[in-house]
Amino acid sequence: MGLNSILFYFFAALAVGSAILMVTRRNVVHGAVYLITTLLATAGVFLLRQAEFLFITQVILYVGGIMVLFVFVIMLVNLDVSLLQYQFNRQRFVAGVLALALAAQLFIVIKMGKTSLFPQARVPEVLPKNTEAVADALFGRFMLPFEIASILLLVAMIGAVVMAKRRV
Amino acid sequence: MSDPRGTEPSNVSSTVLGADEIILNMGPQHPSTHGVLRVKLKLDGERVVDSECIIGYLHRGVEKIAEHRSYQQFAPYVDRMDYVAAVSNGLGYCEAVEKLLGTEAPIRARVVRTILTELQRIASHLLWLGTHALDIGALTPVFYCFREREEILKIFEKYCGARLTTHAFRIGGLQYETYDGFEQDVKRFCEDFDHKIDEYETLLTENRIWVGRTKGVGILSAADAIALGVTGPVLRASGVKWDLRKAMPYAAYDQYKFEIPIRETGDTFDRYVVRMEEMRQSRLICLQAAESIPAGPIMARIGKVLKPPPGEVYHSIEAPKGELGYYIVSDGTTQPYRVRVRPPSFINLQAFDKMARGSLVADVVAIIGTIDIVLGEVDR
Amino acid sequence: MSHLLPPSILRLVLPVFYAVVIVAVLPLLAGYIVLVERKVMADMQARLGPMRVGPHGLLQPIADAVKLLLKEDIIPDKADRLLFWLAPLVSVTMALLAYAALPIGPAFQIADLNIGLLFILAVSSLGIYGIVLGGWASNSHYSLLGALRSAAQLVSYETAAGLGLISALLLAGSLSMKDIVIAQYDQGIWFIFYVPIGFFIYMVGSIAETNRAPFDLPEAESELVAGYMTEYSGFRWSLYFLAEYANMIIVAGIATTLFLGGWLRPFASSHTALPGTSIELLDALPSLLVLGVALYCFYLAPKQPVKIQKMVMAMAGGLCLIIAGVLAGALFASPAVLQGIHGAFWFLAKVFTYIYFFLWFRFTFPRYRFDQLMRLGWRFLIPLALVNLIATATALLATREWGGSLLLYTLLADAVTLAVAIFLAKNDEVDSAVPVMDGE
Repeated sequence: MGLNSILFYFFAALAVGSAILMVTRRNVVHGAVYLITTLLATAGVFLLRQAEFLFITQVILYVGGIMVLFVFVIMLVNLDVSLLQYQFNRQRFVAGVLALALAAQLFIVIKMGKTSLFPQARVPEVLPKNTEAVADALFGRFMLPFEIASILLLVAMIGAVVMAKRRV
Repeated sequence: MSDPRGTEPSNVSSTVLGADEIILNMGPQHPSTHGVLRVKLKLDGERVVDSECIIGYLHRGVEKIAEHRSYQQFAPYVDRMDYVAAVSNGLGYCEAVEKLLGTEAPIRARVVRTILTELQRIASHLLWLGTHALDIGALTPVFYCFREREEILKIFEKYCGARLTTHAFRIGGLQYETYDGFEQDVKRFCEDFDHKIDEYETLLTENRIWVGRTKGVGILSAADAIALGVTGPVLRASGVKWDLRKAMPYAAYDQYKFEIPIRETGDTFDRYVVRMEEMRQSRLICLQAAESIPAGPIMARIGKVLKPPPGEVYHSIEAPKGELGYYIVSDGTTQPYRVRVRPPSFINLQAFDKMARGSLVADVVAIIGTIDIVLGEVDR
Repeated sequence: MSHLLPPSILRLVLPVFYAVVIVAVLPLLAGYIVLVERKVMADMQARLGPMRVGPHGLLQPIADAVKLLLKEDIIPDKADRLLFWLAPLVSVTMALLAYAALPIGPAFQIADLNIGLLFILAVSSLGIYGIVLGGWASNSHYSLLGALRSAAQLVSYETAAGLGLISALLLAGSLSMKDIVIAQYDQGIWFIFYVPIGFFIYMVGSIAETNRAPFDLPEAESELVAGYMTEYSGFRWSLYFLAEYANMIIVAGIATTLFLGGWLRPFASSHTALPGTSIELLDALPSLLVLGVALYCFYLAPKQPVKIQKMVMAMAGGLCLIIAGVLAGALFASPAVLQGIHGAFWFLAKVFTYIYFFLWFRFTFPRYRFDQLMRLGWRFLIPLALVNLIATATALLATREWGGSLLLYTLLADAVTLAVAIFLAKNDEVDSAVPVMDGE
């Protein structure tokens, strides 16, 4: 187990641990903080695989952008009330089935990829520059899906603005 | 799902987010409530829904004290009301008692009083300008304003030995003759001061941010202003040409030429412009008066023990902040039976809610500044 | 050093060494920036500023630091203790982390990431959590309002500042901080001359991001007492303070690297040697400048009223003399050493010039109101940044397609952008004449 594996398991444990804490905390702001930790730990895994651009996108967009808005909204909510509210809806049966399915998936994946449990540093020292590679892919091969996704986001954004503008 | 708090949802966002109106207590310890004013703001986000001024933290019972002091003994107390314009307070009180006595100060005394009162107006407006700018976030003007105010205070100090609570005047005239070089000092200050005002204006008047922060903020219509009894620059900025120096001249104001600046909109920017122009006009009055101070006695013959005849009198002057009135009832003894002060700050403050409703928290600070209150005077 | 250690070890040791230097020096530097700020402020406001501790208050930052360390550490009763404790740490850690990719000289950089710029932007944008969480954890209305303002402001102005930066990135063609500087060396011109409007947009955005006046609404003293740090005191407060000044240096460093040629000296591409030697004429400039400062200190020293002040002033002069000596000595050392030392000098000089502008603005302008701030960001800066970006890209494309001078094309692009800016500003004036009263 090299340094790479140690770091990988460290980040993985951090991600899973904070994810669990996120859903179990009663205080929403604490939950948000754990979610941020999870996202950062995942970003750490990306970096470990030398996917720098993915890493930085994760940090800038999810941690630096979306989560700031999350926290922003959460802070406006009256927390004292939300602390007292019942946090679970009665869907234990559905949840149980889903959890089982997920566990089965995980089991199969782990069983299939036993060898990759301890990843070695197989990546070459110098990769082609991530940023250019991603740009080439996005604006070359995947131009159409990329633009469709953009239009979808634009529609969502305009929709949000229209809904927010309509005063009741 | 019904709202668990049972509050009336005002719009979509507040139901979805559960955002409430919050109550923000500004003061009595807050950097920009100019002393110990406490403002209770009801906020929707940052917008003011309702406001309430809570006063009395500096109440010292000045009016009650008057009933246990002789007329002369009470004179220093009035300096402690509007302590940044002590000279004006003193002038109002002395003239009120003189009116009660049926006498008048000699002309020389009245001219000197006019000069000192106008200097005090400039000093008071400078203090207002500096702190108002500081509230809006301009850090520098306050030091320039204090630099010039210092010159005025130096003149006061040379004249009567005190800088802030001067007790410069006595009932019946003046205690001290002017010092040698008084006219020159006043003139020199006035000469210098002209381009100093230009300096402030370069920093503020044409600054986009300053204009943006003051234009359209805290609008007070002329009708509202009159209904609330607002006076002084606040009233004049709403377009009402009412200045006691012109309307009911006192001291020696009828001898000098000056303009009463007015503006139309009644917003914070207009009040700023009016006060700036007032400083220029006060400077002109000082220049004219210092040019020719008539010779003569400085004290009317009123005797050492004052026993005004029974009766009552109301006398008001145009203090820097508005109409400062004294209502004095005499029962023929050496002590007033009752003194009631009409403080401009207290009455102008009543317009606060009208100005602040619907504005933002940042505007509240600008509005408190623009009314130009001194809590010593509001609470007395 | 390269003779003493094998390169593989050196690769690990040097960054650690640099990191330790930065973490050790930065608080001191921040303290002295505060002193400079107070002195500049005093000068603009017709007064003297700190004069008591040391000559001209030179030891004031140390006294302040000691005072802050000794202060009582107060945590409000109803505060969220965990987050209250965590928030300042987040702020300061993120601010320090960003230094990892900042090239202070050609070799003086902890890590030359090929996403360097993005890394700095990402990490410094995480500092917002320190503010937001701290404001929320304090359980006070002033803190909460300050935190909310801060979050909204940062999200808005980051966009504008980022778009401003991209105009320079187009010219450099790389995200690595080092390559950006080298691109400016190769093209023989600082990018500010190609994209002055991009620089302007970034400058405004960076002032807003660091919560400096006239955009200091999150900590607006006259409105929110101290905003998100109202409830903080002592050392925790000073961590926020350190983070703020560290962030100032970071944004100044980004601007220096992208627009002002980083560690390059003025006219870096011209190599006129002094007659008879191999020393370049312009390389002698830094040592002469510092020598001048040293001589001025020695001139002032005997004029100090107190003996200890004379001594400290002379010591300051001596320090400058040593720095001048090092700078001059570097002229005769190997080119790598010369570049390293002089690079750091020029980099810091540019950073401090940029920060000086921050100070200047702070003492000159009143504060924006929140809605005005948002309007400026969304309706002026962002459209302008987009136009600027498109114009710059067009200029680049035109040079590539038709040939000719890039400077000429960018001048044209700037003219177009400026016209748009004037149009936007005029438009804004019309809007703001109508009092905004939405809702109700």
